[in-house]
Formats: sequence, C-alpha cells, structure tokens
Amino acid sequence: MQFPSRRRKNNINPQTELYGHALQFYGQPPLENISLSEFETFAVDRLKLLKTIENLGVSYVKLSEQYAKKLETEFKNLNFPYRPDADDRKIQSGPSEYEKRRKDHISHFILRLAYCQTEDLRRWFIQQEVDLFRYRFNDLPPKHKLEFLHRNNLQYDTISVEEKKTLLDKLVNSSYAVSGITVEDQDFYKVPFQDALDLVRTRKVYLKAGYVYIPHQDIVTIVLNDFRTRLSKALALTARSLPAVHSDERLQPLLNHLSHAYVGQDYSIQKNVGKISLEQIDSLSGKSFPLCMRQLHQNLRESHHLRHGGRMQYGLFLKGIGLSLEQALQFWRSEFIRGKVDADKFDKAYAYGIRHMFGKEGKRADYTPYSCMKVILSNPPSQGDHHGCPFRHSDPELLKQKLQFYKVSPSGISQILELVKGMHYQLACQKYFELTHNIEEASFSLNHPNQYFIESQRVLGGGKDIKREMDTPQRSQDNAVAKGSGAAREAAANAPQGLAEMTEDLDSFFQDA
Amino acid sequence: MPSSDYDSACLPDLLPLYYRRLFPFSQYYRWLNYGGVQKNYFQNREFSFTLKDDIYVRYQSFSTQNELEKEMQKVNPYKIDIGAIYSHRPNQHNTVKSGTFQALEKELVFDIDMTDYDDVRSCCSAADICSKCWTLMTIAIRILDRALRDDFGFQHLLWVYSGRRGVHCWVCDEAARKLSVAARSAVAEYLSLIKGGEEMVKKVVLMDPIHPFIRESLNVVEHYFPRYALQDQDILGRKESVDKVLALVPEDVRKELQQDFQNAKKPETRWKLIKEQAKRKQGTAKKGQYFEKEIMLQYCYPRLDVNVSKGVNHLLKSPFSVHPKTGRISVPMDLKELDTFDPFAVPTISLICEELDRPRTGEEEEKSEEEKPEDVKEKENEKDTAERRKIRDFKRTSLAKYVKYFDQFLDGMAGSRKGDLLRKSDLQKEF
Ligand code: SF4
Ligand SMILES: [Zn+2]
Repeated sequence: MQFPSRRRKNNINPQTELYGHALQFYGQPPLENISLSEFETFAVDRLKLLKTIENLGVSYVKLSEQYAKKLETEFKNLNFPYRPDADDRKIQSGPSEYEKRRKDHISHFILRLAYCQTEDLRRWFIQQEVDLFRYRFNDLPPKHKLEFLHRNNLQYDTISVEEKKTLLDKLVNSSYAVSGITVEDQDFYKVPFQDALDLVRTRKVYLKAGYVYIPHQDIVTIVLNDFRTRLSKALALTARSLPAVHSDERLQPLLNHLSHAYVGQDYSIQKNVGKISLEQIDSLSGKSFPLCMRQLHQNLRESHHLRHGGRMQYGLFLKGIGLSLEQALQFWRSEFIRGKVDADKFDKAYAYGIRHMFGKEGKRADYTPYSCMKVILSNPPSQGDHHGCPFRHSDPELLKQKLQFYKVSPSGISQILELVKGMHYQLACQKYFELTHNIEEASFSLNHPNQYFIESQRVLGGGKDIKREMDTPQRSQDNAVAKGSGAAREAAANAPQGLAEMTEDLDSFFQDA
Repeated sequence: MPSSDYDSACLPDLLPLYYRRLFPFSQYYRWLNYGGVQKNYFQNREFSFTLKDDIYVRYQSFSTQNELEKEMQKVNPYKIDIGAIYSHRPNQHNTVKSGTFQALEKELVFDIDMTDYDDVRSCCSAADICSKCWTLMTIAIRILDRALRDDFGFQHLLWVYSGRRGVHCWVCDEAARKLSVAARSAVAEYLSLIKGGEEMVKKVVLMDPIHPFIRESLNVVEHYFPRYALQDQDILGRKESVDKVLALVPEDVRKELQQDFQNAKKPETRWKLIKEQAKRKQGTAKKGQYFEKEIMLQYCYPRLDVNVSKGVNHLLKSPFSVHPKTGRISVPMDLKELDTFDPFAVPTISLICEELDRPRTGEEEEKSEEEKPEDVKEKENEKDTAERRKIRDFKRTSLAKYVKYFDQFLDGMAGSRKGDLLRKSDLQKEF
C-alpha cells in the first residue's frame, strides 16, 4: 500500500537522509510501498511499545531508573532503534540499525492513521508518543542532542550574560538542578510561557512577565512542546484525508482494530444491568468494592452528598457494575434528599448529570467508568472532595488507620504502605485485594475499579447474590505489557485473530466521538 | 440612612427596575466588545440566564447592545452567567453541524469561594462569611494579582465580588483570552499550592529550593498572618485548633511543642516557639524543614477551583449580576481600596432601587457629566434621552462608584489597544 499523502521531495538518498539520526521528528511520511503483513506487524509492535509507555508511566516515576530499564528491554524486544553506539559493536543477528529506524518511522505513521479519528484517540496517541520521545531524547548523549536540534532546525533565543547575572538568584531557586556555578556556564533560553507548560505547571522554571527562562539541561521541554504541537497539527490534517483511507477495504478494519486496542476493556457494556438491587450496595461496598469506591460510598451515606468529581467516579462505577438508569436515579435521589437537597432541587440540578452518565441527555458521550489510571492521574481531589485513589491521594497515616480499621494485618499494612511509597498504587490495591480475599497471588493485573469488583465477586463464590453473567474482561493487551515480553509476544500473535470480533463493537465506539 | 434590608421575595419587583434604569449596559457592552477588534466577538459570546424558579437557559447570544438590553429587560434574569466566544452564534448552536460548534476564546478566570476554606476558619462555615474570614479573600487577591501581573505578564485584571462569599477574577488581556485549555490549566496549577482532598491532612509540602513565586506569596501571607490567624482565628488558642496545627509538624517536633505549650498560652508566644523549632530543624533535617511556612500557607493561601479556570467553555457569574440570596450586586473591586473593602457594604438591589426614589439634587447632576471619559461622552450624544437618563440614574445610587471604577478599567484596556495599534503602524512605516 501507499501512504495517502505523497509529497515526494526531491531528496537525494532517502535512506541516509531520512534515517541519519536515531531519533526522528517524523516530518516526512514514508514514501515506499510496504506489504500488508509488514504493515500489520509494525503497527502492532508500536502499539505495544506505546502501551508499555503508558503502563510504566503509572507504575513508575517517568524517567526513573526502573522506568528506563523496563523501557529499554521493550525497545530491544520489539526491535525499535535504541542506543545505536552501544548496539553497533555487538549486533551479529537481528535487524540492522537502518531497519529499526525504518520501522520506527513507518510504524509511527501507521498509528497516526489509526489514531487521528477522534479527540480521545488523538489525545492518547499524542501523550504516549510525547512520553516516548521524551525518554529517547533524554537518553541521547549531549553531542547527539545538539546534532538532532541542528538537523531539525530547532533554534531558540538565549539570554545575555548580563541578564543572567541579574537574575542569578531567581534562576537558581527556580530549578532543582541548577546551582550558582552551573548557571554561569550554561545557556538559558527565554521563550513564551505557553511553550513550556510542563515546566510552568510544576513550577520548575523561573517565570517573569510571561516568559520562562529555561536552562539548557531542560531544553527537552521546548523540543517536546514543538513535537507535541506539530504532531497534533499533523493528526488534525491526517483526519481530514481519512475518507480516502477508509475506502480501502483491507486497511479499514485493521486501523479500527488498532485504535480500539488502546482502551482495553471499558466496562461500560451493559450485560449485567439490573442484576444488582439497591439494597445490596451497602454490603457489596464492604466486600467487593475497591477502596476508592468504598470511600465514596461511605461518604455519600454519611454526608448525603458528593461533589462533582465524586459523583462522576462513583456514578460511572455503579453503572459499570450493573445499575440501571432508573436505579441510579433512585439511589442518588434517596441519598441526596436526606441531606440539604430537596427532591425538586435534585431533579433540577443533579438528575440531568446522572442521565448524562447513561447517555440519555445531551447526545455527546456515553461515559465509560474510569480506569485506575484515570482515577490516579486526572482531576486530583481538592477541598471537599472524596474521589481519587486512596492509595495515591490519602495521607499515608490516614491510609494506615483506615487499613487497620478494615482489619488488615500489620504485616499486610506495611507491605501495602511500602508499595505506596514506591508509587505502585495499583499494586498496593492489588495487595489489598489479595489480603482481604485470602488468596496468595491474584491471577489478574489490576487496572480498573470495575475489574476489581468483578474479580472480587468471582473469588467470593461467583456471587450467590449476583447472577454470574459478567464476562471476563478481555485484557490480553494490558496484561501482556505488564508481565513482560514473553506474554507480549503471545499477545502479538493473538491480536490479529481478535480482529473479526472486535470490529463488531466499532460502530458504538466511533459514535462517541 | 435608608434601610438596605433585602428580602428575596421582592426580587421579582426589583429586577425590572434594575434592568430598566440601573444596569450599566453601555459599559457592559464596551467591555465584551473589546473595541470591535475581532469580528463577531460580542455576537458569538454565550450568555446564560437563570430565571425564576431556577429555570436555566443556556446559549443565549445577541447581535447588538440593544438586543441584549431588550432581552434582559424582558426576561429579568435572576442571575447572569458569561460563557465563551464560540465559532458560531450560540443561539444558533443547534443549526450548525455537530462538532463544528466550538468554544474558541474566553477570559482566563479564577473563582475563589470561601466554602473551600472551611477546614481552616473557625468563625463561620459554608456560605457564611464575616469580616474575620474575609481577610482570606484579601490575601488571595493580593497573591494572585501579583503573580498574574509580574510572573505571567497580564495587565487587565478585573476582580469582582461575587455577591455572597467569594471573588472572581477576569483576566481580559488578549493573550489570556486566547489561551488553550492546556495553558489555562498550567497557569492554574502554577498558582495552586494547596493539594489534596478530604483524605489529606497536610496539604502543602515545600521542597528545596523554594521557588520565587512561593517566596513572593509567603511575603503576602506573612503580612496578614499574625493579625488574621493568630488573633482573629485564634488558631493557637483552643485545644482542638492547636491539635490541628500540630498535626502539620513532624512527629518529634510535635511532642516537644506540646510540652512547651503548657507553659506558653499566648498565641504569639506559641507561634514563636514553632518558628524556633523550624529554624532548628532547618539546620539538621532534610525533610519537613519548612513546616512553619507550610502551616502559614495551608491556613492562608488561596484555594482555587482549578476546573473553573481550565475550561474555555466554563460559565462564570457576570459582573453586575444580582446575587439572589443576598441581593448584593456583583461589583468590580478597586484594588487600591482592597484592604478596606467590606462585602457587607456592597449595595443591595433594594438599596439602589430605593436610592432612585430619593429626590435628586442639582449638584449631583453636574458633577456626573464632567467625569465621563471622552468616548463615552461622544457616544451619549448619539443616544436617545432615555438612555442618557439611565446613565444619570445609576449615578444617583451607591452603584456609581463601582461603575466608575469599571469605566477606568475599560479605559485602561482601550489605552493598550491604542498602543498596540500605534506600534503596529510604526512597524509598517519602517518597511
Ligand atoms: S488502584 Fe484503582 S481500584 Fe484500587 S483504589 Fe486505586 S483507583 Fe480504585
Ligand atoms: Zn467568618
């Protein structure tokens, strides 16, 4: 097949020109024809790489030693370009550096096709590609960094020596890694604050009159910003040329499959609607709810109210475990009117939101229950909020008390707190699951509160109280990445087979956009 | 002094009068039209109205000042909210292809609400405020205003009293109106120091080095802290409040302080003890060394609703809207008089309507004519007498000084627009 945009440039030798550097800005789409099977492997491999990036980003501090190590392994396993200097000396077998770079290039563009279609997909794809790029750029030796900047014409304004002198104090105090001595011998770039949002957000840069002053060692931020901006524009353009791709009968199902894969199980499929009665919720919340939901439930019962973030997180979870819209309305109304809200006010101010969750109001989106990642990373709780993940958003001291209250053994508690300290929130939650369900090692890797619920019900005897019709979530993709390369290879083999079944759900998926 | 006692039952009677004779439509339009620089800027702006019985209508939009005026006088909204500037006229949003109707620009806004401080104020809770806790709003404004100007380089900040228990900030610079969602959230996060929900006891953690922005903010807090926290809120007085403060210090220090406090009852002395402990800790430990600063920030630092600031399409209560519960007008605040701003002295709709009925004095009339800025005067000549009378009408009420300040704010923006134009044409001449 050929790529839809065929701006063939009169470049001399595309091989050396295009792949002259280990890292690319992906300015030019590939110009060659490739076979459908190569197309497929490339795409699946890159998707796996991006899934790894995503998962590692939750379990580890980005760019920490462990993060880097795991990622390095994945790069090698999937044959993506990695540290050419080190590799060159050793490679006897396997694909050449050129082939790896070609794979990097082509696979990136294939996923652009698959991930340009909706806002959600674009956001996910950009986020992972940016993280990937950050890791790879950081990993370059200084010489290669400069070479990369030149090659791609990336130039930024530096400040004068005098200006540096007058701002010395502020510059030193604005960055964790800059001391008085290094200020003198490194360049500082001055760019509009909009171009370095990550540094602004985390207050890791000096900000004055709308400009940030970035030490050379943090230049990756500006480069990343450029990368992000270009990628997001490119995706918007690709989306417009998509109808041409869609008319290709061989490509379309494949692309759709690829883009579907990222969400994993979304737990919004309403197979079990009406299998739970409202009376069961209290007891279920003690037995089978993960802590995040138990906490919300308890607070709702106590204060007869939850703020927006809590209503969303808990409401969608309840929908996921099988409450019908009517049940949900009844559930929330009966609780709220016990507090400060009367029935009339409830119908005016809150019922809309609940119907919205079920997709009955404002046709925009059929909301899916939040994954752990979403709970942990987005919309952190603030004053008056009880949502979020207790392993991430509680004071360790409070968490400890809570676990004691829930009768977790002292040794269990210290194991959990250890995991929390290492920022392995989902693993901590999984440990909690194991301890409270009396099992040695859980047979799943936790990534969703609704998954927690389903697994718990399964362990507790299939739930005599709930008829067991909940499907095992299809989670091969996620597990593959979490458990390492062996499983990953297996999943790679499985992925295309899943194609036929997956395409059925597609319509519903794209209607969300 | 006429009584300004407000009774919400009278609102239906007062609102028509307010919108007919008092609401400053001309300034309001002048604001949202932004000098007519961008096409359809006013026309594509979303307004939403809350009507009687909490009926809420979104996506209202108007082609002209006159149209807005007529509609408001017809429906007499209990509350007015302002939304984004959209790609199309909001009142036609159903007719455009779905997906193409998009929020493009809006002022960068901040919403600070006293209810978010409930865990650190002892005088009131929920929607109540008093002169003691109002200091929190003063601190918030001082800190944010400085940072938005000095750090982010914005100039046109309109601070507005919400009418009940909080304040809003509208950053009106062109650059601010064009910020992306990501940029808005980055700004809001830069400005947020208080982290964590109800499950988090310690909400501020400082690390080395302390960023210049935090230093500047601490300067502001330090200025108000002794009076506000130690005296007015008495945070080191009663046992429960002392325990709350001590929960924020490292464990070893906590024990010592508990002992020391038995012989030191005066809040100032106790605070001094805390500071001394912190100083000692700074010499030795790496962690938790800034706990006295963290306490000050946790008790006084502004608590932002980040979600309000993030969204381009988020609605926020409009200036000069009436607060239905208190009857107070949502008025712009002049920061030159911030320290003496008294929310309870803000005029209610009943008061200003009553003031209208008082016999007018000739002297007031004359004075008001002189004070008008040039461009407003010119405009007035074109307008009919009814309009002119309305302008004089609010001048006879306590609303006048707030409208006057609003005028100054608008003049400031017009001034920078002029400056921009001049600079542009100068540049062109050079070529
Ligand atoms: S890890 Fe996931 S399921 Fe467990 S508490 Fe946190 S968000 Fe909930
Ligand atoms: Zn008070």
